[in-house]
Amino acid sequence: MNTLMQLFFSFIQVGLFSVGGGYAAIPLIQNQIVDVHGLMTLAEFTDLITIAEMTPGPISINSATFVGMRLAGVPGVLLCTLGCILPSFFICLLLAHFYYKYRNFQGVQTVLSALRPAVVALIASAGLSILTLALFPTGVAGLSSIHMVEGILFLGSLFLLRRYHVNAIAIIFGSGVVGTVIYLVMGLF
Amino acid sequence: MNHPRNKAQTLWQLFKATFLLSASTFGGGFVIVSLMKKKFVEELGWLEENEMLDVTAIAQSSPGPIPINASVILGYRMCGLAGTLVAILGTALPPMIIISVISFFYAQFRSNAIIALALQVMRAGVAAVIFDVVLNLAKNVIKTKRWLYIGLMAGAFVAKVFFGVEAMVLILVCLAVGIGDLLVHLKAGQKKRATEVQA
Repeated sequence: MNTLMQLFFSFIQVGLFSVGGGYAAIPLIQNQIVDVHGLMTLAEFTDLITIAEMTPGPISINSATFVGMRLAGVPGVLLCTLGCILPSFFICLLLAHFYYKYRNFQGVQTVLSALRPAVVALIASAGLSILTLALFPTGVAGLSSIHMVEGILFLGSLFLLRRYHVNAIAIIFGSGVVGTVIYLVMGLF
Repeated sequence: MNHPRNKAQTLWQLFKATFLLSASTFGGGFVIVSLMKKKFVEELGWLEENEMLDVTAIAQSSPGPIPINASVILGYRMCGLAGTLVAILGTALPPMIIISVISFFYAQFRSNAIIALALQVMRAGVAAVIFDVVLNLAKNVIKTKRWLYIGLMAGAFVAKVFFGVEAMVLILVCLAVGIGDLLVHLKAGQKKRATEVQA
């Protein structure tokens, strides 16, 4: 089997067996690309994960694109990404169909109502871990290790969002630009 | 409600929205879900808040990348199969383009101090966006005034943050609680009907 088809089937497996988001996919990708098929060295793979985390978008799509590009150019990008997406496409389409067919039933609503608070809690915990990373990039080591610039950026952003409903995307990129400028200026003195 | 006039227009808006959100999603699946909530529920009024939470639960529990899963469902909701394909394209294209370009000079990209700095400080903004969304969501859970729901929210948060319980486990537990709640309701309903018949 040629590399392209091998990549395609590898990423179908990644898409099919990674439940729970990007970090669940990393060991699967490593297993397929490094261990089973030997398409990359472990060092290259570590680079790949670093890049995937530094760029926007889902980690598995980022990885699929990166692996595809390095090993087989643009056709590789398309096939790897397609492989990664195909299982999601079929499974979620089916679930969406059933969800919209039955969601207006009273009984289904009662069950879903108990599920929603858990989803809110999960989003909150994701927010908390990102905030922790922002305030303590090198790990939590007492309150004195807190990064004040990020703390002020967080509070300022939250204020702009709550009080003035500033666009979320503007907040994300704006905090990146403002924070970088502050650190660079601080570095001058 | 800001309803687009025709299907082609909806598809174009869907593409634009998913493309922009995907290009701005630094962090995991819950970041894009928060952005989708702001865009599709608050800004465009295409979905109800409860619906967005259901979609999040389904996307989280299904195999595959969460943003792609959520796009499949949202696209289907807006325009059927065509909507799904457009939403997938919008979500997958930005990372494909960005990574393809970066793969040619990734060594320089990885070791660039300014980029690393920008990505670090950006987390403060991302966290603020998620907190903003969570404050609204939590307020609405509390407004239901049902202790069961408030308790489930607090319990799930503590379980996840302090005990590292898997998201999937929490979703399954709450699903079980929901089914139990439904059975209690049905039984109460039956009893009520029975006494009405007797009277």
